[in-house]
Amino acid sequence: MSSESSYYVPASSKLPIFMALSLLLFVYGAGYTINDLGKEDSFSHWILISSFLLMWGTMFFWFSEVIKENDKGMYSDQLNTSFVHGMSWFIFSEVMFFFAFFLALGYVRIFAVPWLGGEGEKGIANILWPGFEASWPLMETPDNERFPGAHHNMSIPALSKIHTWLPFWNTLCLVTSSGTIALAEAALKKGNRKGFKLWMVATLTLGYIFVVLQSVEYYEAYAHMGLTLGAGIYGTTFFLMTGFHGFHVCLGAIILTIMTIRGFRGAFSEHEHFGLAAGSWYWHFVDVVWILLVLVVYVF
Amino acid sequence: MSAVIESHHDDHHHGPAKGFSRWLYTTNHKDIGSLYLWFSFIMLFVGGAMAMVIRAELFEPGSQIVSPEFYNQMVTNHGLIMVFGVIMPAFVGLANWMIPMQIGAPDMALPRLNNLSFWILPAAFGVLLSTFLMEGGAPNFGWTFYAPLSTEYAPPTVTFFIFAVHIMGASSIMGSINIITTILNMRAPGMTLMKMPLFVWSWLITAYLLIAVMPVLAGAVTMMLMDIHFGTSFFSAAGGGDPVLFQHVFWFFGHPEVYIMILPAFGIVSHIIETFSRKPIFGYSSMVYAIASIALLSFVVWAHHMFTVGMPIAGELFFMYSTMLIAIPTGVKVFNWLSTMFKGSLTFETPMLFAIAFVALFTIGGLSGLMLAIAPADFQYHDTYFVVAHFHYVLVPGALFSIVAAVYYWLPKWTGYMYDEVLGKTHFWLSFISVNLTFFPMHFVGLAGMPRRIPDYAMQFADYNMIVSVGAFLFGLSQLLFLFNVLKCVYYGKSATAEVWEGAKGKGLEWTVDSPAPYHTFETSPDLTNPQTNN
Repeated sequence: MSSESSYYVPASSKLPIFMALSLLLFVYGAGYTINDLGKEDSFSHWILISSFLLMWGTMFFWFSEVIKENDKGMYSDQLNTSFVHGMSWFIFSEVMFFFAFFLALGYVRIFAVPWLGGEGEKGIANILWPGFEASWPLMETPDNERFPGAHHNMSIPALSKIHTWLPFWNTLCLVTSSGTIALAEAALKKGNRKGFKLWMVATLTLGYIFVVLQSVEYYEAYAHMGLTLGAGIYGTTFFLMTGFHGFHVCLGAIILTIMTIRGFRGAFSEHEHFGLAAGSWYWHFVDVVWILLVLVVYVF
Repeated sequence: MSAVIESHHDDHHHGPAKGFSRWLYTTNHKDIGSLYLWFSFIMLFVGGAMAMVIRAELFEPGSQIVSPEFYNQMVTNHGLIMVFGVIMPAFVGLANWMIPMQIGAPDMALPRLNNLSFWILPAAFGVLLSTFLMEGGAPNFGWTFYAPLSTEYAPPTVTFFIFAVHIMGASSIMGSINIITTILNMRAPGMTLMKMPLFVWSWLITAYLLIAVMPVLAGAVTMMLMDIHFGTSFFSAAGGGDPVLFQHVFWFFGHPEVYIMILPAFGIVSHIIETFSRKPIFGYSSMVYAIASIALLSFVVWAHHMFTVGMPIAGELFFMYSTMLIAIPTGVKVFNWLSTMFKGSLTFETPMLFAIAFVALFTIGGLSGLMLAIAPADFQYHDTYFVVAHFHYVLVPGALFSIVAAVYYWLPKWTGYMYDEVLGKTHFWLSFISVNLTFFPMHFVGLAGMPRRIPDYAMQFADYNMIVSVGAFLFGLSQLLFLFNVLKCVYYGKSATAEVWEGAKGKGLEWTVDSPAPYHTFETSPDLTNPQTNN
């Protein structure tokens, strides 16, 4: 529907300053809330909550303004290309965020833990905790009083028992959902709106099942395995990596839920559906991260 | 539908809005560029004041003016502010002003995001500075915030520091996404990649580096937050982690960050030298390849910051040689700048003076960097004032001088008025002399063993430190002259022509528009496909 030939530059906008304000509130809210953890008379979480309300409200108005402008035909093809670039580079930045955690896990597994166990060139680190034995998953930490290790780990069981292993079902859900969203997009491009809606709902269902299964896994870890954030470096990397991934799955699910609702209300056409496409790229990114994560966190 | 499009065309011809809300709501790349530059200028004086406190304390041996605890807070915040609050925003401000004008674009690609990228920056630094008033005082663990100093032994304000760094990172990432999108998608027809001005090239690569490494910094501070408040053990060997891991993650961000703070300077200096040499830049394509190779190498050299931490010998060797490789593309650049000046008809206006000083003094910083790259030698230099001298040579007469040069070079284009040349030259000579007075003797005390980040020192370093302090005070005062000159230009300057500089003809699209550049410069992009219309 792009009819405009010149590049649309809004004259001014009140949206960003509200967003900036919400982030300012967020920093104070989050900072005080975390520093006040365990204090009973603290009201700082209200600052945090209000920052989220302001943030979400601003985002709602921001996105609706963009959608309205696009519906009015104010966006040229060139501007749509800018959105494509913007989203792609944003996903690249997210990839690099996960890279930091993969780097940390790699360093810990290849260098730090073996050195603490007395192996190799820097094995002298072993004199800090003599008798500590390196292993992975690390069930006994060097200082087991401060960081009590876990009783069980999340590693892959024997193949015959694979159906009892939650990450197997999780992987199945997420990989399938990457396929179903591709089908949804393909259906939309052919003008098959019924198929589009169906595959979107299937994608969302699989996404939500993933989130639920992941929560069950965390509950199991805390309740029955002694595997906690404080369980030493294995628990640390396990929870942070799967946790940030899970957080991104939630974000992706929220994005896709909104896109599905919009789809049901008649948004998107065969040629114009960038919002959906961006959400789907994000979903594929989350899927790829999961596969890498299963390999280095659960399997090897 | 047509009514909407017309009203939006009306918007396009509007000048800036009136009143203060103009600055809060603006989506104009020139307004946002000015906001970045003024923010950076203000932070230069804030961070500079902290440097003055440091130099006042070090004027004489012994403890006199501030407590050691406060001294640590000064060192930490001076570094954080100068890196994240001065050099980076100034370059982003220049990018905002110049990139759309240099590539013939109507504005930045994502104007509302552009406004957001700026306004979260004062928020982040407001938070950081407010920690001075909080219980436990401001962050005191150095700008590199090594664990466990920044985790187990940190003041409670570290939580605010962590979130402030997150916000600074978000600002940089959003700004870079905008810049990279603008460059890749908004160039005038006919401006192929290898016809782009070098400043645009340098920023394309810088923006790529920023998007690649700022998230890693976010990861590092997130790990800190988890270790401090939620019982994880990333940086605690007691749980199987490793404090050295922090240094690896930090410097994986930190080393590309060093080039983020110098690559745009390379672009600026190339423009200024070609203009005042009245010659096109020597070796344009080798300049582009040099910037790209520096950027790629910057990802594989990070551990040269940690030679003394106890790495396996293979690591020491790898990072030593990869670091030395960077000298090659950097040498290409210095060679090209000199070749551009060779047999040029040079004149020495203020921007050119700063640019030449940049080439000379940045090279000194580069050479001391090469000394530091030699792992066995670094065991002696590590954590001494030699390191302080090295990175201040690349950051002050390097990055900062290039920013000052850029401001003098483009100020007439921005404001429509000339600055005072005599004042500008006075500013240059005072800065040039005082910057060397400040940082050159640091090499000597460093080689003699004076450790950095300590508020007191042994008697034998007293003379040099007094000289350094005098130089620092003089350098600080000289920058007030810069502020005065900018204000004088804005309010009392003589009108500037569109071309501004005699040698600027054919040196870029920004010189083809009026001075001051119209609020909306290129509403339709100039067509550069026919070479006749360009030159």
